[in-house]
Amino acid sequence: MSVSAPASVSAPPSHAARCVVLPGMRGPWTERLFSALLQAPGTDIEVDDLAVGAHGALQDHDLQLALYVAYELHYATIEGVDDRWEWSPSLLGFRQTAERHFDRAVEELVPDCALQGTTDVGGALQRLVGGDEGPPLSRFVEARATREQVLEHVIHRSAYQLKEADPHSWAIPRLSGAAKAALLEIQFDEYGEGKPERMHSFLFAETMRGLGLDASYGAYLEQLPGITLATVNLMSGFALHRRRRGAIVGHLAAFEMTSSIPNRRYGNALRRLGYGPDVTDFYDEHVEADAVHENIAAWDLAGALARAEPQLAREILFGAYALLALEGLWAERLLDCWREGASSLLGPVASAEHSVR
Amino acid sequence: MSSSDTPPGVTITPYRDGPYLVRGSFEVLDQDGNQIPLSRRTIALCRCGKSRMRPFCDGTHKLAGFQAPGRAEELPGPPDANPGAPECRRAR
Repeated sequence: MSVSAPASVSAPPSHAARCVVLPGMRGPWTERLFSALLQAPGTDIEVDDLAVGAHGALQDHDLQLALYVAYELHYATIEGVDDRWEWSPSLLGFRQTAERHFDRAVEELVPDCALQGTTDVGGALQRLVGGDEGPPLSRFVEARATREQVLEHVIHRSAYQLKEADPHSWAIPRLSGAAKAALLEIQFDEYGEGKPERMHSFLFAETMRGLGLDASYGAYLEQLPGITLATVNLMSGFALHRRRRGAIVGHLAAFEMTSSIPNRRYGNALRRLGYGPDVTDFYDEHVEADAVHENIAAWDLAGALARAEPQLAREILFGAYALLALEGLWAERLLDCWREGASSLLGPVASAEHSVR
Repeated sequence: MSSSDTPPGVTITPYRDGPYLVRGSFEVLDQDGNQIPLSRRTIALCRCGKSRMRPFCDGTHKLAGFQAPGRAEELPGPPDANPGAPECRRAR
């Protein structure tokens, strides 16, 4: 009889190599991309007739999944897909077409007045974040969300948190001097200060496991709606284009500046539902870590970058505002679905249902 | 502890409207001399007094509207120049 090891065995944490299974196709964008990816690298991908769905690029489940998978080639192995696709010209052409639609939709969200006050970027970021009127997702989750809704929230976040900090690391070689040092001060902490078991992506995986969810990388891609994937595509897009280094820096600053308080609430939600420190550790860690990071990000990173390259100040604020706007749309989807008694995911989640206590 | 006992290479930085960040080689002791465990190299100490995990910062200063300069104040304390944000709403 085979007995599985108890979860409490203090073996070194496993960090399995990332391998994503291609999810099901959702429409013309994913059909075009996925069928090409299963062929030899460089296979033509026709893009001329691809258009955005009726709900716009940000809410287009099909376009956003295609773009997410196109970026995923830089982060992970995709099962059955030749790694050489990563830099294949036909893939990059396809990605650029999707990015054009995505970028236009993001630009439409950001009002020009949000990008002013650019001589004092740290102060402008503070005002931007302080004036943000995002939907009250963390308050709702803290006080009222059901266990299933909390699990949904975690599943949405797995699109980013299982590779937490990785997109922003693309910016490291693109910065210099004080801004680079500040980014590395943050990233070193994100990556556990040399301890793999303290890496934030690992802490998130522990939370998922503690909740009975599948913590393997990409396990819930199938269920993630377009707007969730858009929040991650936003950072991958900023991060993978050097010309957008200001935007990825602004994105990180706003991310850190809006993290401590919501994460305390998410931890409280799990405590309310009876979970212990093994599950809340990820959130509790972020209350303290991001109270440090937000200052470094706003003043030492964004501020230093704006001093070194003053022409990037507007782009830094753009990245910050874009994050707030997309997170707002994402939170709105969750709250709207829950208000109607519906799931905010696309389709059922098998392992979450198994784990209902 | 006299200032000459301070380990070399420690910096304490007040951040505008935020906490004190402490970097370097240091320890934090409670008033009975017991070490307070630290979970990272750079720590943020509460400056607004409202944190719920003092002496560390938990970001609550933002809810409290805490304002303080990111440098030493001079006497008499000058008002911190921090103009209100222009009215700016998210485009829909």
